[in-house]
Amino acid sequence: MDRLESEIRDTSKGMTPIVKTVVRFVMGIIVIFGAYIVLFGHLTPGGGFAGGVILAAAYVVLVLAFGRELGLSKMSNKAASILDNFGALAFISLGLLGFTGGWFFLNFLPKGKMFDLFSAGDIPLMNIAIGIKVTASLFAIFIALSIFGRVIYKMSDLDDSESEE
Amino acid sequence: MILYFLSLVLLVMGLYCLIAKKNIVKKIVGIVITEYSINLFLILVGYRKDGVAPILLKGMHHGELVQHGVDPLPQALVLTSIVIGLGTLALMVALCLRMYEKYKTFDMSKINKLRG
Amino acid sequence: MQAYYPLFTAIPLAATFLTLLLAKITRRAADVMAFLVTALLAVMAVRMLFEAPFMYTVGNWKPPFGILLVSDGLSSLMLVVINVIGFLAVIFSLKYMTTYTAKEKYFALFMLMIAGMNGVVITGDMFNMYVFLEIASIASYALVGFGTGRRELEASFKYLILGGVASTAILFGIAILYSLTGTLNMPDLAQQLELIGMTRAVSFVMALFIMGFGLKASAVPFHAWLPDAHPSAPAPISAMLSGVLIKALGMYTIMRIMFDIVGRNALVAGILMFLGALSMTVAGLLAIGQSDFKRMLAYSSISQMGYVLIAIGLALNPNAELTVAALALIGGLFHLVNHAVFKSLLFLGSGAVEYRTGTRDLGELGGLIRKMPVTGTSVAIGSLSIAGVPPFNGFWSKLIIIIALLKGGYWIYGSLAVLVGFITLFYFIKLQRETLFGKLPEALTGVREAPFAMTLPLVILAALCVVMGLGYVAVEGSLLEAAKSALLDKLAYMNLVIGG
Repeated sequence: MDRLESEIRDTSKGMTPIVKTVVRFVMGIIVIFGAYIVLFGHLTPGGGFAGGVILAAAYVVLVLAFGRELGLSKMSNKAASILDNFGALAFISLGLLGFTGGWFFLNFLPKGKMFDLFSAGDIPLMNIAIGIKVTASLFAIFIALSIFGRVIYKMSDLDDSESEE
Repeated sequence: MILYFLSLVLLVMGLYCLIAKKNIVKKIVGIVITEYSINLFLILVGYRKDGVAPILLKGMHHGELVQHGVDPLPQALVLTSIVIGLGTLALMVALCLRMYEKYKTFDMSKINKLRG
Repeated sequence: MQAYYPLFTAIPLAATFLTLLLAKITRRAADVMAFLVTALLAVMAVRMLFEAPFMYTVGNWKPPFGILLVSDGLSSLMLVVINVIGFLAVIFSLKYMTTYTAKEKYFALFMLMIAGMNGVVITGDMFNMYVFLEIASIASYALVGFGTGRRELEASFKYLILGGVASTAILFGIAILYSLTGTLNMPDLAQQLELIGMTRAVSFVMALFIMGFGLKASAVPFHAWLPDAHPSAPAPISAMLSGVLIKALGMYTIMRIMFDIVGRNALVAGILMFLGALSMTVAGLLAIGQSDFKRMLAYSSISQMGYVLIAIGLALNPNAELTVAALALIGGLFHLVNHAVFKSLLFLGSGAVEYRTGTRDLGELGGLIRKMPVTGTSVAIGSLSIAGVPPFNGFWSKLIIIIALLKGGYWIYGSLAVLVGFITLFYFIKLQRETLFGKLPEALTGVREAPFAMTLPLVILAALCVVMGLGYVAVEGSLLEAAKSALLDKLAYMNLVIGG
């Protein structure tokens, strides 16, 4: 608890303590909401891509409030890359497993009853794979661009003349 | 009818922004507006007057969706198109930042090393 | 083999992500993976040449509801071109890319580009073609700017913006087609468009498609990205872009849409012939004054694509007799295959020269045939083929196109084609004189021959030039007949969805 209090009181990195306290509470809700949209993709609008974007947004809020070092310590660049590739490989193997039924991308798992959570064959599994991939990809893009931003901020301190229009 | 016309106005605005502005970031905004205007046009193609959303609720019959629902196929196409636009936008912004690192300016008329 | 048709896109897509995963363990895994996957794809593509035309339903959804994969003569021909030249480019990159960092990301993007191009040629559904077109295009935008110097980034950005506008125009056309007919399946679209006829909306869609796909194929008003993008890319990527990508994404899609979906139409044929003639002459004249090795080759690519466009335009004309149209189509397809072979040979040769001497400027090179004999001979064979000198393959394809133009009664276009042939000969002789023959400058006295991994693809491609030139009759009978009949017979394409 001491480390968290010191993180919140530290005003040199990230934003003010009010923002940090609120984000600490809100981030869990955003993650649960994103996971709900991914898992119920075959019953309500949404699905893999929309849920993945919301999960990545939870992570972006964390980095904005607490600073980049804490964000990178939670999920490093290497972990994001591994999750990204794993999600894409899971999606392709679900398509290739359709060959057991005879056709590419065939829906080969039992379909179940309508309006149930565990129904519609392999569509929820594909939604989960896409959700993982999109989360990891958007996180990696955000971190890469924020590192660039630091370089350019330092560079633009040197010369002030920038042409607009 | 007016809605189709407005989406074409968005397309022309995006193209104007792409052609007439010299700042690279404004050109990127122009391309994004153009792509989104086409997504809007694609959704409007599937619209039906006084239609309901194409979601099958419990206790509803299939025939109701066929008669009253809007067309769900363009919505699936637009989802794919938005993802493609996101990929292109990420690549454009990364290239724009790298070019600032090398050329020290965002002005497109100064970035003219390749000629002839 | 019919059941494994979707593997042409599934295998390279899986290889992309597997390469990135395995490269965290050992760095050599990327090379091995790329080599094995492209070898497998090349073998599968050659095997597909011997199959009868068929249709594959993805996920067992019956057409016109599901996505359809179609295999006929034209798709098989394009698959062989894409995968075999991809395999040779991968062999070349094994040694060439050691001068760049992040080799595993290069191979991952390369696999993604091949997956996209394969997807464009095998699919029979309009929106699926758009998705794979975007996959291949985005991978190529990233690959053009791979060595992140100033010129590469500027070229990649220009290519990105122009390609993005073209893709938007294509999507607009697809949206209007869907609202007119209610289906996205290509054989079904052919049936519906016959009922509708050529209204103003369909003409607008044709204009949008000519603009969008013409930009991908680099026809002349839309060619401005090519002379910047192709020289800045690493040499094997220039070979893939100039040799394969502008054909698979631009020429194949124009042929498929104009022949099999819309049918023969005099207005579109006239426009395509005019654009082809414009490309031939403007790019040919601009290529004479270039001093950069790869930039001259890039302008020459635009010029040769003009030849193919003019042949396609002639075959599309409903007023031309069927024999003239068939002749023009055979000439155009043969020139497409030939150009893939000798343009990738020339770009890979320029890469070998740059690897050893460190420069691309024609003023600084000279007399290389004494120091690099294998590379020099292959580049000489390639230049002679593209200029249209008799025993090589370029002579036959240009001759057939010129004969078809003259037989069809187009005297102006025919004489323009002959004139551009002479211009091509002129600047390629200039290229050979500046790089291969002549005096060896002081700075280059220490160069040796290029490594084996780089000369092997050059030798194979040069041998293909000679063999396809001498054995022209065999090539025509086996490959081109199937492709030509697949295009001219629209009824067979439409019946694929009913009978299959």
